[in-house]
Amino acid sequence: MQTEPYILLSAILFTIGCIGVLVRRNAIVVFMCVELMLNASNLALVTFAKANGNLEGQIAAFFVMVVAAAEVVVGLAIIMTIFRARRSASVDDASLLKY
Amino acid sequence: MTAFWILAPVMVIAALGILFVRKAVHAALLLAVVMVSLAVLYAALEAPFLFAVQIIVYTGAILMLFLFVLMLVGVDASDSVVETIRGQRLLATVVGLLFGATLVISLSQLTFGTVVGLDAANEGGNVEALANLLFSRYVFAFETTSALLITAAMGAMLLAHRERLTAKLGQREQAAQRMADYAETGRHPGPLPAPGVFARHNAVDTPALLPDGSPSQASISRVLAARGAVRTAPVEQINEVLRQLGAREVGPAPSTQVSQEEPVIADDAAPAPPAEAPGDISRPDLAGEPEGDA
Repeated sequence: MQTEPYILLSAILFTIGCIGVLVRRNAIVVFMCVELMLNASNLALVTFAKANGNLEGQIAAFFVMVVAAAEVVVGLAIIMTIFRARRSASVDDASLLKY
Repeated sequence: MTAFWILAPVMVIAALGILFVRKAVHAALLLAVVMVSLAVLYAALEAPFLFAVQIIVYTGAILMLFLFVLMLVGVDASDSVVETIRGQRLLATVVGLLFGATLVISLSQLTFGTVVGLDAANEGGNVEALANLLFSRYVFAFETTSALLITAAMGAMLLAHRERLTAKLGQREQAAQRMADYAETGRHPGPLPAPGVFARHNAVDTPALLPDGSPSQASISRVLAARGAVRTAPVEQINEVLRQLGAREVGPAPSTQVSQEEPVIADDAAPAPPAEAPGDISRPDLAGEPEGDA
């Protein structure tokens, strides 16, 4: 098994998630792209765990998953609150902090 | 490596799809493809515990939460792909690609050494080995996680909870409000027109037709209109119905004479534009056909 293809795939997925966060306007899709970036980093962690022969990488990936779950719960609740107040899930409409 | 070479293109294509699909539900389903493929890669990387957790937590819980919120929020203008800041999308793509190129180039300059493999570490089973680590060296982080989860649950409850600020409207108050609206603005106090009345069929996505043949926006759900899933009846079928009712035909043929005794034709020759743009609710290929004369 080689390590490089896994790491490169992880980098590509991370880049795609990054571009998605910058380009998309729907707050929920932006959130999905953040999840994609977290998943990409998880893949790198699990790959390094195998390459180095100890399980610390898998533990780190496990903690990333836990934090991602908590983040999704709070983030989606925030999106729901914004949607309820402004009837829109577009990130462009939530520009009140600008002024 | 076979699993990797099969799954990697699928994952990259699905991830690119998230960038390009218009509907958020499609993006969620493509994300599910990426996550399930990642779970299979975890299994290939000797991480059976993370394989199960990935399926259960990500695909099972997080994605379902995403879909649930999508159903609550519905569709709105944020699904559109029109860019609001000029040049932002191009600039973001260029910067993102530069970032990716930097990442790939710097990674390709590294050597990762030989792969040790997890055979020794997974000696007594992967789950047992992970538990040994988690409950010895990482026990503090694990306990902190529980505080994080409780805080997240509390936060979600607090954010999603809505305090009722006014008394709940009963049937009597609603009726009084309707009559007050009618007295002030002339808004129709009765129920909205049903979909499918006087149309090709009585499905909910077929709007009721007004006497001049234009679709009535009030008769269809807002969500269907936002999705663009509204049909209009073809003009021949409207004419068929009108002929049965003894009225003059509407249609692409220009009807120039206006006879005052037939109010249907008077409406017809000078079609009053509906309050809402009809092009929004009808399919693009049928847009404007019912009121296509004049």
